[in-house]
Amino acid sequence: MPEVNVRKRVLAVEEIFHEGGPVALRPLQRAAALTVIRNPFAGSYVENIEGLMNDLKPLGLEMAHSLVKALGGDVRSIEGYGKGAIVGSAGEIEHGALWHVPGGYAMREVLGDAKAIVASTKKVGGPGTRLDVPITHINASYVRSHFDAMEVGIADAPRADEIVLALVMTTGARVHARVGGLKASEIKGEDGLR
Amino acid sequence: MSAKIRKIVTFVEETVTEMGRAVDPPTRRAAAVAVIENPLAGKYVEDLSELMTIGEELGELLTQRAIAALGIAGPSAESYGKAAAVGENGELEHAAAILHPKLGTPVRKVLGKGAALIPSSKKLGGLGVVLDIPLGHKDAAYVRSHFDGMEVRINDAPRANEIMVAIAVTDSGRPLARVGGLTKDQIKGEDGLR
Repeated sequence: MPEVNVRKRVLAVEEIFHEGGPVALRPLQRAAALTVIRNPFAGSYVENIEGLMNDLKPLGLEMAHSLVKALGGDVRSIEGYGKGAIVGSAGEIEHGALWHVPGGYAMREVLGDAKAIVASTKKVGGPGTRLDVPITHINASYVRSHFDAMEVGIADAPRADEIVLALVMTTGARVHARVGGLKASEIKGEDGLR
Repeated sequence: MSAKIRKIVTFVEETVTEMGRAVDPPTRRAAAVAVIENPLAGKYVEDLSELMTIGEELGELLTQRAIAALGIAGPSAESYGKAAAVGENGELEHAAAILHPKLGTPVRKVLGKGAALIPSSKKLGGLGVVLDIPLGHKDAAYVRSHFDGMEVRINDAPRANEIMVAIAVTDSGRPLARVGGLTKDQIKGEDGLR
């Protein structure tokens, strides 16, 4: 398995006490783990790129573990997740798509029995590009209180031949969630949707 | 705590390679940022002592958060910096009141020493404004390898009646620093400069 060339890691943790309403009894925490890697396919069209998915699995697990640790260390406290990628200008959006499998399954493996598809987004961009990583409930995509997003970015990345890989986890609903819909307490947990 | 905190965000950056060269040991820096209500927003207030007290509280809280994020004891910190962004209903002087009179003493208490001036920047701005926190060695301002800056921003802050207050701490200088000047092993540490 070829080694993934990592330049830099960034961890961002938000602790949200309120947003103008009642102060939360348990503050909402959201964390993002970002890793800047060299894009081995930058600069030319490469037909067969799937091998990188396997190569990225250990990195995905490392990032997922670092998020759980940053959010207190207990996987049972993780309620939302999402993932994303920013591909530098010498790469293509398809290179970002390679993150779907290793990024998503790493989080589901670390969280044990997470049933919902991991919401995701990706783009091509220069250093400092911001990415709004979508977030949904880990067991039921339709839980409305957990629809959220976390903006991430790194001032000096991605360079043209790099990719920024992102994983995000949260400990709960939006801080003042009150727009109805399926509640976390109503999850059936069979199909990953409801 | 007299500051009304809406959220606290911490960022940790670790650089492990640069231009294909290993950075060994990796350089690491952290920033802790509090988003607080500006108690003086929307009116001219002559006496800024309320903000000075808030600065004192945040000096300790944010420095503790930053070293916890780095996983180091205070005395292991090498460089530091501070910055604030005032929302549009405040004035630049509000940032000065938080940053300058009282914030430094608790920062230095947490970090053990800190003979050097804490480099700072401030601005007035809207949501998502970028803060470039200047960094300098905590015991000798002329240590050239530690002249640096860390960019932070929070997409939903500062709102008009808020202030963002940031403290950055590192356990290292720039990656692959090689422009000469005073080195950290030459520090006398008496005057805060050399």
